[in-house]
Amino acid sequence: MFKTLSMTALALVVSSTSSFAATNISWWHGMAGRNGEVINEVAQKFNAAQTTCAITPVSKGTYEEALASGIAAFRSGEQPNILQVFDAGAATIINAKGAVIPAEDLIKNAGHDFDRSAFIDGVRYFYADSDGKFVGMPFNSSAPIMYINDEALKKAGVNAPKTWEEFEAIAPKLKEAGYIPLVQSQLTWQFTENFFSRNNIQFATNNNGYDSVVDTKLHMTDPNLVMMFEKLKAWADQGYFAYYGAGWNDNQKMFEQNKAALWIGSSGSFGGLTKTAAMPFSADFLPYWGSIEGAGTSSFIGGAALFAMSGKSDAENACVADFFQFLTSPEVQKFYHEATGYVAVTKAAYELAKKEGYYEKTPQAEVGIKQLMLPSGEWSKGYRLGFYPQIRQIMEREYGRIFANEVSVKDALETIEREGNDLLARFAKTAG
Amino acid sequence: MLAPQLAIIAVFFYWPSLQAIRSSFFIEDPFGFGETFVGAANYTDVLSSSEYLSVAGFTALFTVLVTFLSLSLGLLLAVKADKVIRGNAAYKTLLIWVYAIAPPVAGLMGMMLFDQHVGPLIEFAALFGWTMQVGLNYSDTAIALITIAVWKQIPYNFIFFLSGLHGIPASVREAALMDCRSGTRRFFTIILPLLAPTAFFLLIINMTYALFDTFGIIDVVVKDKAANNPITLVYKVFLDGFRGNDIGSSSAQSVILMVIVFALTLLQFRFIERRVHYG
Repeated sequence: MFKTLSMTALALVVSSTSSFAATNISWWHGMAGRNGEVINEVAQKFNAAQTTCAITPVSKGTYEEALASGIAAFRSGEQPNILQVFDAGAATIINAKGAVIPAEDLIKNAGHDFDRSAFIDGVRYFYADSDGKFVGMPFNSSAPIMYINDEALKKAGVNAPKTWEEFEAIAPKLKEAGYIPLVQSQLTWQFTENFFSRNNIQFATNNNGYDSVVDTKLHMTDPNLVMMFEKLKAWADQGYFAYYGAGWNDNQKMFEQNKAALWIGSSGSFGGLTKTAAMPFSADFLPYWGSIEGAGTSSFIGGAALFAMSGKSDAENACVADFFQFLTSPEVQKFYHEATGYVAVTKAAYELAKKEGYYEKTPQAEVGIKQLMLPSGEWSKGYRLGFYPQIRQIMEREYGRIFANEVSVKDALETIEREGNDLLARFAKTAG
Repeated sequence: MLAPQLAIIAVFFYWPSLQAIRSSFFIEDPFGFGETFVGAANYTDVLSSSEYLSVAGFTALFTVLVTFLSLSLGLLLAVKADKVIRGNAAYKTLLIWVYAIAPPVAGLMGMMLFDQHVGPLIEFAALFGWTMQVGLNYSDTAIALITIAVWKQIPYNFIFFLSGLHGIPASVREAALMDCRSGTRRFFTIILPLLAPTAFFLLIINMTYALFDTFGIIDVVVKDKAANNPITLVYKVFLDGFRGNDIGSSSAQSVILMVIVFALTLLQFRFIERRVHYG
């Protein structure tokens, strides 16, 4: 008895007198280069702002590598407190019941308030469960938007298109002016996932996969998607669209070098583009089809979220909750938004940046947020599909074959649907 | 005396292999919460997938071409270098130097040479009216991959062939020179059989290289997006296991690969080694 008492007393003395006995938490992420440095800055700001917690960020390479390391670490009981997981990997971690503590529960348990409506609509649902409870904490978010080569449009004497119909009308003029009218950097994200979202069409059964993993099926042969890819193929044949493969930069380069008029890229790309683009450029929303009824809704986010991994002590979990609170504060969000080009995830951060006049200097930075804040449709919330990185691989392969004239659009989309559904059925067995 | 070595082999080779075999019979959730026994379903799924079979087909073609080209070019250079008397050392160093490059770096250099927008080799191909699109066109990417893989492996074969050539006694060569005037015939009847032990060793090493060590090159050239580009079986194991988190299928694929390599090695030792004469 005396021994335990004295130990408790000792523990009390130690914890109250020493500031260096802060609770350490770890944060594994998939960011490198400049974005990795910004993460270190965010961590330093957090460590400087309080004394009870100390966070250590560790770069694990790419998104996929971070997820793979997180999984391996979890299996051996060495998981970090926080793991960054990208959009396509969300289903993997969310469906592994017990791997993570839902962010909303964690924050509430630590005694903080949590207001879902403080987040921008396009961000709110992607990492949440079907009831809207936040499982992951949205961190770096981006939207696919259209970058505009001002010089090219001026030369051709046309305005930037809002819809794909308008694009069809101006494409011949842009071509005549000596430009490739359209390039894009990721068909899976920009012309598949966000095609469904922006045109308000259902991507998969079971409420886009949110409700259940059992019997979820893709709607890859939706006539509207078939139409989109048939148009892209026809545009490619007419010289209105050029495709350089699944590599992001191979496609972006044509825009940077002032050879393409329009580029569908990420809202997070403008920071880099201001340094690399050879001409003045502006940005606007990702076009939609005017012919599709109800189209023009918001797109959903790309990027990644932070997940609090389970199996950690209460003190550590409290620190993670504090850190999540800190991250979503308007000041930190605004700092991150301006330093990286990712969109601010909360409305308050957006208002703050607006108030300070950030968007008057850099109007391109606002396009992504505005697009995410558009009225959302029934199918603009996102998707939750298992083995999705592999499904994306199948899409990339079949899209490549379409533009290499190896397969018709209809056959390609049918193959994706068939093989994708097989993978979804396999995933249902793992989660069952 | 053998025990420590056997223990190491057991821990580092047999135990992981057994683990792979075990998990190839399950479908498992990545975080390890649950697994479902599915029997041979992972194997039948893989072997009935047209995608897997086409990757296997490319792997076979890739392995044969890379092995054949890097062996024959390595041998050609070694025979030529053996004849060079002046500048011999510089010539050898220049050739061997390439071997010091790590595969990803080789991939990176190759990728720059074959870059769609600025690659000098693309521009060279364009002179002949050939629009090469590495990363988009299947066969163009295949050509780029094979070129880089062969270029990377030639120096290794060169070193071994050259030292093999040095090992052939001068007396034998002189005798051959008197008996036979045709250089080509002399090469095929005297030199090549005497090089057979080296060549046999290199054959196995080169096949293993093409099957496994070209991973880094492929990863860099396809920018970790396989898309419609050719990849080898090993790369597919990685894609499905580490990127797709499908552990069951990935394990089944690696077991299949293990069996293929085992069978190949066995065949080589049984049928080719018989014809090798160790002097």
